Amino acid sequence: MGHSNWPEWIYVAVVIALLVYVGAEAWNIENIIEHVPEDAEIIKVTAQQWFWTFEHEDGTKEIGELHLKKDHAYKFEIHSKDVNHNFNIPEFVVLMDAVPGRINTVWFSPNESGEFDIQCREYCGLIHYNMRAKLFVEGS
Amino acid sequence: MVLTLAKPRPIWQIMFSTHHTDVGLLYLIFSIMAMFIGGAMAIAIRVELFAPGAQLIADSMTYNRLFTSHGTTMIFLFLLPSASAVGNYLVPIMVRYKDMAYPKLNAIAFWMIPPAAALIWLGMADFGWYANPPYSVISAPAPAAEMWIFGLKILGVSSVLGGINFIVTILKCKHPDMSLGKVPLLAWSFLATSVIVVMAIPTFAAALIMLLTDRLGVSGFFNPLVGGDPIAYQHLFWFTFHPEVYVLVIPAIGMMYEIIPRFSRRPIFSHSSGVFAFVLLAIVSFASWAHHMFATGMSFTEKTVFMVGTLAAVPASAMHVFNFLATMWNGRIKFATPMMFAVGGIALFFSAGAGGVVNTAMPLDFITHDSYWVVGHFHLFVFGTIAFGTIGFFYYLFPYVTRRMYNEKLGVVHFILSMVGASLTFFTQHLLGLYGMPRRIFDYPEIPEWIAMNQIISVGAMIILVGMVIFLANLIYSTARGKPANMEDPFGLGGKYYYPYSQLNPHHDKAGY
Repeated sequence: MGHSNWPEWIYVAVVIALLVYVGAEAWNIENIIEHVPEDAEIIKVTAQQWFWTFEHEDGTKEIGELHLKKDHAYKFEIHSKDVNHNFNIPEFVVLMDAVPGRINTVWFSPNESGEFDIQCREYCGLIHYNMRAKLFVEGS
Repeated sequence: MVLTLAKPRPIWQIMFSTHHTDVGLLYLIFSIMAMFIGGAMAIAIRVELFAPGAQLIADSMTYNRLFTSHGTTMIFLFLLPSASAVGNYLVPIMVRYKDMAYPKLNAIAFWMIPPAAALIWLGMADFGWYANPPYSVISAPAPAAEMWIFGLKILGVSSVLGGINFIVTILKCKHPDMSLGKVPLLAWSFLATSVIVVMAIPTFAAALIMLLTDRLGVSGFFNPLVGGDPIAYQHLFWFTFHPEVYVLVIPAIGMMYEIIPRFSRRPIFSHSSGVFAFVLLAIVSFASWAHHMFATGMSFTEKTVFMVGTLAAVPASAMHVFNFLATMWNGRIKFATPMMFAVGGIALFFSAGAGGVVNTAMPLDFITHDSYWVVGHFHLFVFGTIAFGTIGFFYYLFPYVTRRMYNEKLGVVHFILSMVGASLTFFTQHLLGLYGMPRRIFDYPEIPEWIAMNQIISVGAMIILVGMVIFLANLIYSTARGKPANMEDPFGLGGKYYYPYSQLNPHHDKAGY
């Protein structure tokens, strides 16, 4: 590229090295995160305008509330009855779209007990701002 | 030139002209008007979010219509036309041709925008600027949705016509003595942008037709009730609109390439690496669209591919930043308003890019996705980088358009307010996103951190508003009463101001002007 701009090439090389590092780390961590534990209990999550329904493995259903046990793995099978939603527990970085016609999965294992927010993070219309539920994580 | 109020030309003469400076002026005036309309919507949104509960807006439907129209207005009616304004003024001059290649097509491309704007503003659709199905198919109220679809359709045709015009002007009409390597970087930026537009827009044009027929009930491409796939729309949409981000950002970078060497009183560090980075950006812009969709349930492989594609755009952007810094290094810099906006824009561009790396790293995306982090991230691009570059360039172009000087003190005040306001607003939005606040919400629960950060953001938005009002007053007052500019060198930089700045508009300007 014409005249001497070796400082630019060194700079570009440093940028690329940083990006490779970020990309490799991300790949590694995502690989670990996506590995679902074998004993994870399945919870079916149904999103619809504008509330959440949860169905446990034993068939109990909850609307607007979800009760889980601490230090126990849960796998969510998320789908939607109408438009796109997004199942989100910000405290535990659980986030996955609920898409009609598809079942998306995400898992987590709550490591502290208490009361947490569940919210919709994908625009879904009139009451999107208040499409919320409560997560209760009960002691060990 | 074109807008000298001392010897006013009848308005219809400008409106029905096909000369590139007249069309450029129309683009310029329209884009500034759209910026204030879109800005008013943003202010309404920020007032509403100042505290939990309904503040200014009565119901969420109105709020949803406002943020949709705000996004559509700012992207399609402010940023795109403002780039076209600069391109129309300068690209023919830079390639030393008398006009754009197809002057009538140029005027047509502009005049398609006002009707499209009317459809968008009168309809006020409510599905977000991305019109995601199935919401936009089964839930969004008519006729606003149809009006938005037709408005965007018209804007897409207008963009493609404008893009073809720039490509032909630069490649076919440039002076025979001028090799492509000698074409100034601003003109190169328009070439790269136009190629992206011509390649990307047709995909969205198809998606819009499919959306419309879905809404009419004659097809079910995106409607899962009849076996369609809503995710297909997202692919088509982002295949157009991720490259579109570069369509907006590349001309702004090109404008900085004009401002920074002149105000540093040094030649550009490397013209060829600027060209290389533009071409590289134009290519890799097509490799990253699905990073908007990591949370739709993509497989691990898909996510990896699009993460790599997204990261590939970073070195090219970083080359531009390097080029700017190396040009300023040891330069005798004059910090007039255009230079301040350009340098501020580079700083915010760098921050926005760094945030982008965080977004694309797969595990981190699940923290930031659809939260206020994303809102802050792309506003750092669209406001912090693109609007900064463009507004700085408007100041730079001011003597060229009006033969007068703007008020420098007011310009500096505008810059300081914009920089402070943008930092308060958009950096705080990043933090708010990390605290989990979703985008596109009309109201939020009383979480103390959320309230505090929303109030900082709203105050920042107000500071930007004050700056913009000063900008408008400066433009209007200086156009009418500003000091006559020294057209040889209005900024006192010791070089020629513009190529043949005295080039007359053959349709209207009288000789001896």
